[in-house]
Amino acid sequence: MHPFTISSATDPATAIAAHAGDPHLAFIAGGTDLLGLIKDRAALPERLLDINALPNMARIEALRDGGLRIGALARMSDVAAHAEVRRRFPVIAESLLFAASGQLRNMASMGGNIMQRTRCAYFRDEDGLPCNKRRPGSGCSALYGINRNHAIFGWSDECVATNPSDVAVAFAALDANVIVSGRGGQRSIPFTEFHRLPGDTPERDNVLERGDLIMAIEVPARIEGRASYYLKIRDRQSYEFALVSTAAAVATDGARIRSARLAMGGVAHKPWRLRAAEAALQGLRLGDIDALRAAIATSFTDARPLAPNAFKVELAQRVALRALQTAGART
Amino acid sequence: MAAIHTQAPRDGRVHVSMIVNGSVRALTVEPRMTLLDALREELALTGPKKSCDRGECGACTVHIEGRRVLSCMTLAAMHDGQQITTIEGLERDGQLHPLQEAFIEHDGFQCGFCTSGQIMSAVAMIEEAKAGWPSAATTDVTKPFTLADLSDAEIRERMSGNLCRCACYPNIVDAVAEAMRRS
Repeated sequence: MHPFTISSATDPATAIAAHAGDPHLAFIAGGTDLLGLIKDRAALPERLLDINALPNMARIEALRDGGLRIGALARMSDVAAHAEVRRRFPVIAESLLFAASGQLRNMASMGGNIMQRTRCAYFRDEDGLPCNKRRPGSGCSALYGINRNHAIFGWSDECVATNPSDVAVAFAALDANVIVSGRGGQRSIPFTEFHRLPGDTPERDNVLERGDLIMAIEVPARIEGRASYYLKIRDRQSYEFALVSTAAAVATDGARIRSARLAMGGVAHKPWRLRAAEAALQGLRLGDIDALRAAIATSFTDARPLAPNAFKVELAQRVALRALQTAGART
Repeated sequence: MAAIHTQAPRDGRVHVSMIVNGSVRALTVEPRMTLLDALREELALTGPKKSCDRGECGACTVHIEGRRVLSCMTLAAMHDGQQITTIEGLERDGQLHPLQEAFIEHDGFQCGFCTSGQIMSAVAMIEEAKAGWPSAATTDVTKPFTLADLSDAEIRERMSGNLCRCACYPNIVDAVAEAMRRS
């Protein structure tokens, strides 16, 4: 493994200053993605700053107003097992439980989870194949290469990769916020604006700047929270990244949809909200499959599959429909 | 105000002291040394196996503070002062752990390379289930989970981070189910 030094931080201000002033320094929490990237030489930091000792950042707080505040250092397994997370937002617990393995969930932090880099094989490859995310300007091997798992929305000729996080899809559906401390103080980033589309700068996965430290993820109280569900379709039954997934959350008036939230994983460089479908679903009966299907289709008019992943366009709509119906059955 | 305290001696190596299988073990390691390499190369604990070295196979599973983790995906330098348990530390006074007994009884292995990871994973997994943790196989995560809900499907899902290329899975599930009943 590429050599580096390691030190540990005990207060956020010092950690932020160290990161801001040193382009070769990386924070490490669980390390389950970062160490894989270093082993694959997709990240070559010279200095690691262990942030696990930062105080109070592993807390999971059930807020009085019905929301949640999840500390960036909380582990995936603790969040998934938390009784109030499960009760208020089952979609969050489920998206975590459908990700990785029991061992990895015990290690991986929530902040690190949403910082995960793509699993595109060309990005992870050590043999120097072109990848604009890994070596800007070198080209995209996946555009005409092995891209069955790649994007159908929002890609560019520079990058067709997808974001691998499951819980990010749930957070996007619930309009959570990422609480970040940086050189300019603390700010709140709406979850759907946290990750970026690739455009001409696919090397940037998200909007964070140097010196930014994720403190927490806040989930506001949502009327749709309790009737929420995460459906993940993958090539293996367990321990695999999504081909397509959907986080669905629904509020109803009797049998009719009052409000629906839908976000998809495995289809874009960021969690993909189906906003047109959400608007079209309002007022429809949960049992009217044809109407639901037509409403969901309004979010797929701009789908641009790559040849080998054209199946995802149909699969994604079916997954969205089933996730919506299953969430609806929880109302 | 507390600053960053650099643990690095002049040559870049770091001192780390861990309680491994009940004994304090002091080491000086390169920062890049994984916990797995420290256990195997520095402490001669070769129970945890180095197979994929990418967090994909589970053969390196150990417990840190009682939790199952992948020792290949964490650095030794990050575990100063912590309790580490490997397969070598499961037996008590010459008596095998009930899960080790169950693996023998149910023939839960063929080549044996994944076995220490399987057993370490299963021991902690049963504790997770006792603590009421749900899994992806749990029908309704909003309800409390009890040990009585730990079906074969639950065991398979919860053990999916441990691969067995000899495909002893049915016997592994039987061994885990039996150990759970006895626990």
